[in-house]
Amino acid sequence: MYSFNYQKVKTVADAAKVLAKDSDAQLLAGGQSLIAAMKLRLAHPSEVVDLGTIKELSGIKADGKAVSIGAMTRHAEVAASAAVKKAIPALASLAGGIGDRMVRNMGTIGGSLANNDPAADYPAAVLALGATVVTNKRKIAADEFFKGMYETALQKGEIITSVSFPVPKRAAYMKFRNPASRYAIVGVFVADFGTGVRVAVTGAGPSVFRVAAMEKALAAKFAPESVASIAVPEKGLNSDLHAKADYRAHLITVMAKRAVEAALK
Amino acid sequence: MTAFVLGLPEHKVRVVAPDVGGGFGSKIYLYAEDVVCTWASKQINRPVKWTADRSESFLSDAHGRDHVTKAELALDKDGNFLAMRVTTTANMGAYLSTFASCIPTILYATLLAGQYTTPAIYAEVTAVFTNTAPVDAYRGAGRPEATYVVERLVETAAREMKMNPAEIRRRNFIKTFPYQTPVALLYDTGNYEATLAEALRVADVAGFQGRKADAARRGKLRGLGYCCYIEACGIAPSNVAGALGARAGLFEAGEVRVHPTGKVTVFTGSHSHGQGHETTFGQVVADRLGIPMEDIDIVHGDTGKILFGMGTYGSRSIAVGGTAIVKAVDKIIAKGKKIAAHLMEAAEADIEFKDGAFVVKGTDKKKAFAEVSLAAYVPHNYPLDKLEPGLNENAFYDPANFTFPAGSHICEVEVDPDTGTVRVVNFTAVDDFGKIINPMIVEGQVHGGLTQGIGQALTEGCHYDKDSGQLVTGSYLDYCIPRADDVPTFRVGTKETPCTHNPLGVKGCGEAGAIGAPAAVMNALTDALGVRDIEMPATPQRIWRACQETKMKKAA
Repeated sequence: MYSFNYQKVKTVADAAKVLAKDSDAQLLAGGQSLIAAMKLRLAHPSEVVDLGTIKELSGIKADGKAVSIGAMTRHAEVAASAAVKKAIPALASLAGGIGDRMVRNMGTIGGSLANNDPAADYPAAVLALGATVVTNKRKIAADEFFKGMYETALQKGEIITSVSFPVPKRAAYMKFRNPASRYAIVGVFVADFGTGVRVAVTGAGPSVFRVAAMEKALAAKFAPESVASIAVPEKGLNSDLHAKADYRAHLITVMAKRAVEAALK
Repeated sequence: MTAFVLGLPEHKVRVVAPDVGGGFGSKIYLYAEDVVCTWASKQINRPVKWTADRSESFLSDAHGRDHVTKAELALDKDGNFLAMRVTTTANMGAYLSTFASCIPTILYATLLAGQYTTPAIYAEVTAVFTNTAPVDAYRGAGRPEATYVVERLVETAAREMKMNPAEIRRRNFIKTFPYQTPVALLYDTGNYEATLAEALRVADVAGFQGRKADAARRGKLRGLGYCCYIEACGIAPSNVAGALGARAGLFEAGEVRVHPTGKVTVFTGSHSHGQGHETTFGQVVADRLGIPMEDIDIVHGDTGKILFGMGTYGSRSIAVGGTAIVKAVDKIIAKGKKIAAHLMEAAEADIEFKDGAFVVKGTDKKKAFAEVSLAAYVPHNYPLDKLEPGLNENAFYDPANFTFPAGSHICEVEVDPDTGTVRVVNFTAVDDFGKIINPMIVEGQVHGGLTQGIGQALTEGCHYDKDSGQLVTGSYLDYCIPRADDVPTFRVGTKETPCTHNPLGVKGCGEAGAIGAPAAVMNALTDALGVRDIEMPATPQRIWRACQETKMKKAA
């Protein structure tokens, strides 16, 4: 790690001020990606701004139509939340499967979304549920938020404050884990709103994406057979030692089927 | 070794290595950093400290097990083994590490008889330099490689000849001992039929077809695989090692220091880094001297305190290190008898040592161990004209032969053909380690070894990118070590045929799990998939591709 200055801020406005002043400053949420990157010297911010004590960034609210989660809410909190389990159990379950216990005690939804790791789980939930990312400047729809590998629509100095998830009729998330890192090689989130179905895939490509063909087939009939013969093209999918693109394409269909089966239970 | 390399006076070099949290072989070798730090501290006359981080460890710690092998087994029509022919290319890495050249030769080719009476065996090994990190011994060191070759051949032969895999093995088991193999080693004792029979029972092989049918109904594939392994441990008779090209002696040393009050400190050249020597050696000494374990301290890991030993590897600590300690204890008892005879005015031949006391045979006259030890250090009533004071003995023990732990492993796996994931649903290991000193410690060793063997088969593999030479598996994010949820609850058992050439009758057990498991797992997996062979590690991607190929072959 290279040396850096560290400070805790009390409000989002204070955090924004530091970012505006110092272009090498970085926000610290759960640190599960940032600290690791700093240890490998892949990241070297001059200033680390800890959001951990900002009250306005925490909390889970549910009102029957939507669940709103503060940006600094830890994965473990989301997983254990009675409100989330009642309204969108698939979201609680997804949060409970991120990393391991230690990661879940520290990692946050805001941090995960701002980072947009290609293998992160939350982007699949946000895109499939058509959630809204609320920042200190505006509200961003899920379909506009994810731009590319580690790239989002967030502007310089823009800070996520909360994420609002519409409550679906039924939903499920199925993840095929990398045996070593246990990150998603492929993660499929399926959400049925009654008026339509959304299917989002993480892990397989540079960034999370929807599968229109599966959404259409599931809207016609919400059953595993509807997606069994729908294949996502290999082109553009990630390839590495653990899974080449063709294997990932195959797994997308398998995980989508299993997600639909789980949503029906 | 640093002394040899740097020309430092040997008596001025002190190495201190307390419990280092696991070794498995990799920590034995002379690494460049050991030498460089020593040299640097001499240049500046100050202590120099160096700590590797995990990434550096991945890049430069010795790797293990990199062989490409072609092997053939000849059988007659009844399944009797006639001959075996093996050619192996063994990667040494970019330069030779400490033991590297003996692993694919002395510790590999000599194990190709396995548990069988194969009369003719030919092995040719070519060691090669490549651009990878140096390759050297890792838990099993040559024996997992040998076992893999033998047991995959035997299982494949059974399938091709449509013979029961247990029966084809039984037909070829060595049944009379000692047995001289055609590959130099002389096995002292064993009972291979007993371990196999017990393994078949514990693994419930009889119920396998039912479990397989049930799995098929759930859309899954089940397979069963055997591995009857043998290993050469208790390394090694020095003259044999020398004849085979080793440049070191392979004895072990032990010193037993009895304090005036009868407490005992044992100095051992063995090194405990997870094997629980403090418990096992303590038990051996407590048992032999009839004193409580609390009265015994086991000291290792400091060349400033301990006599010259050769260390812990090759499952040698109980067989060689333990025997050295036993011989030192026996010297203590022999001297104690002389002192007791004097104290009790009896003839030395009439003194027995029983339950921690020296007794005049046939009488109730006795002296406790602590009374004798006190007399040795306060020699007022003492045969000073015939005997030195003090009660402190050491022994250097060079083993007469290797020891030959052996056993039967049976693995049952279940494959999900849709994703390629495989689960080890059952793993049974019945091993013959000779006399067992502490069953809990042995079980721990077996569990650990099996987990590493399953890792080798299913999850672990070093991968270098062909174009850039980069180590792609440079962290645990990509190098998959097995975790507790990757393995089942193991079913383990033991059968004892005591080793004939050491006083404890022990054979050693540290590596057995890692030696037998890879072949057992891959035999089970190839059975489940109905394929002849699949490469290790059999990752989900590899398994899925094998399933796809099978599907296409069936369709064609």
